[in-house]
Amino acid sequence: MTNGGATGRIEINDLGIAFSRNGWTVEAVRRFTLMTTPGEFVALLGPSGCGKTTLLNAVAGFVTPTAGQVVVDGEVVAAPGADRGMVFQHHSLFPWKTVIGNVEFGLKMRGVSKVERTAQARDYLNLVGLAGFERAYPGELSGGMQQRVGIARVLVNRPRVMLMDEPFGALDAQTRLTMQELLLGVWREVRTTIIFVTHDIDEALFLSDRVAVMTARPGQIRDLVTVKLERPRAAAVIATPEFMALKARVLVQVREESAQALSGPRP
Amino acid sequence: MGAVPEAGTAPLVSTAVVPADAPALPQFVRWGRPVRRVLSIGLFFVIWHLLTKWDVDLYVRFQNIPAPWEVLEEAVALLAGRAFYVHILASLERIWLGFAIATVLGVMLGLLIGWFRFAEDTLFPPIELLRPIPAVAWVPLSIMLWPTERSSIVFITTLGAFFPIVLNTVHGVEAIDRQLVRAATSLGAGRAAIFREVVIPGALPSIVTGLSVGMGVSWICLISAEMISGQFGVGYFTWLAYGIVKYSQVVVGMLTIGILGMLSSALIRVIGARCMPWLPRRVKDEA
Repeated sequence: MTNGGATGRIEINDLGIAFSRNGWTVEAVRRFTLMTTPGEFVALLGPSGCGKTTLLNAVAGFVTPTAGQVVVDGEVVAAPGADRGMVFQHHSLFPWKTVIGNVEFGLKMRGVSKVERTAQARDYLNLVGLAGFERAYPGELSGGMQQRVGIARVLVNRPRVMLMDEPFGALDAQTRLTMQELLLGVWREVRTTIIFVTHDIDEALFLSDRVAVMTARPGQIRDLVTVKLERPRAAAVIATPEFMALKARVLVQVREESAQALSGPRP
Repeated sequence: MGAVPEAGTAPLVSTAVVPADAPALPQFVRWGRPVRRVLSIGLFFVIWHLLTKWDVDLYVRFQNIPAPWEVLEEAVALLAGRAFYVHILASLERIWLGFAIATVLGVMLGLLIGWFRFAEDTLFPPIELLRPIPAVAWVPLSIMLWPTERSSIVFITTLGAFFPIVLNTVHGVEAIDRQLVRAATSLGAGRAAIFREVVIPGALPSIVTGLSVGMGVSWICLISAEMISGQFGVGYFTWLAYGIVKYSQVVVGMLTIGILGMLSSALIRVIGARCMPWLPRRVKDEA
């Protein structure tokens, strides 16, 4: 299930996104530039409303940028596609499909035979620790289990990049920690590029190779922090001096931007 | 209409009210629900019996109302003959035809109107204009439009079921979570696949609600139409019985309509539940 390091190069070039509603224009993202290397884990960290989800939606192809472009492995993003699967915050599984039906969805769209897609879906369900839950419906699962199905459902498509929009934001603290460790374990197996949106500093630093700290709206990169903590990482890493130093650096910036977000957008 | 529990959410009351170590309940409490239901029907007949036995006259008069046992005798006699079955079959055939046509048309148009703006603009306004007209008001026009009595009554029955079905289908489609559509596109679904895999199952709970309401309305329309213009059918039978002063037959006709209506609604419920195994059980049932 390894990526081989060949795919997953994301180039976000000078991206600008603005929305117009009833004569008002809201600038969500301004002149945002970021490159990822294949198989890299990058977090977008910022105060709520800073445009980080909008940015992720542009990579997914859900929103069209007003300036600049997103290029994935040399192709300009124009529409949503299975090469850029998204894990949402919550309630995005198809309630009428079983767990395995949800995971098989992408393969079914590609016309993979029933036998083959069941086999592949089982592999990915095993990977996220959900063997035995194939026939359950999403409504019967806990929030953490639902998110694991969401991850398997994206990874079964072997995407160039997995986009994650605060996927653990709705979970309790203990479950969130377990899910973070699980995600790192899964990522070690599949090595796809991950862009992970969060407002949780610990989460961003614990998971990522690099953390893009974003300004208040319109979102720009304020700081790009390289996290050189050794992998594989365990939960205990957040108590180390290196982690604390990074956290102190990021915390100041995030707090300033949160205050900025409250006082209104910059000119 | 359209009040269907949101799929994918756990019921609010999921923990059992009775603690695990509670003493076993006595038999009559555990059998309480069926017993209560039978008693409730029994009580209905007892009250009916007393009202007719005493010829109660309290502004509402019961002197001409047949007693339960008279109705029972009449029912036995009717069920032994052939003529009554001809009426029942005529009504069932009209309901089945009218409801089937309304289901096909209503669901198809509802899906189109709910999903495509062009269809909404072109198809929905006439539906909104015609919807408030009670089906009974269509009877004269229907007799002029359709060549046979049978087809004009089926038309009325179809009309009755059509509007609730189309409206609930439209609401069901419009209530689909946009995030599910986005999820599908980011998993590689095209337009046709989204319609098939997201729009139709997403609207299904609301469609079934529409079918359930539509079945009730189509019975009302069928019986009204049969009473006005029929030569067969349970509605015609009931009205005719009144005309020839056979009051116990009137009540047999009414009860037959009640039983058939109840059975057809139950059928819709059972089929609906079969088609939607993902829906949580009713909160009421868990207590």
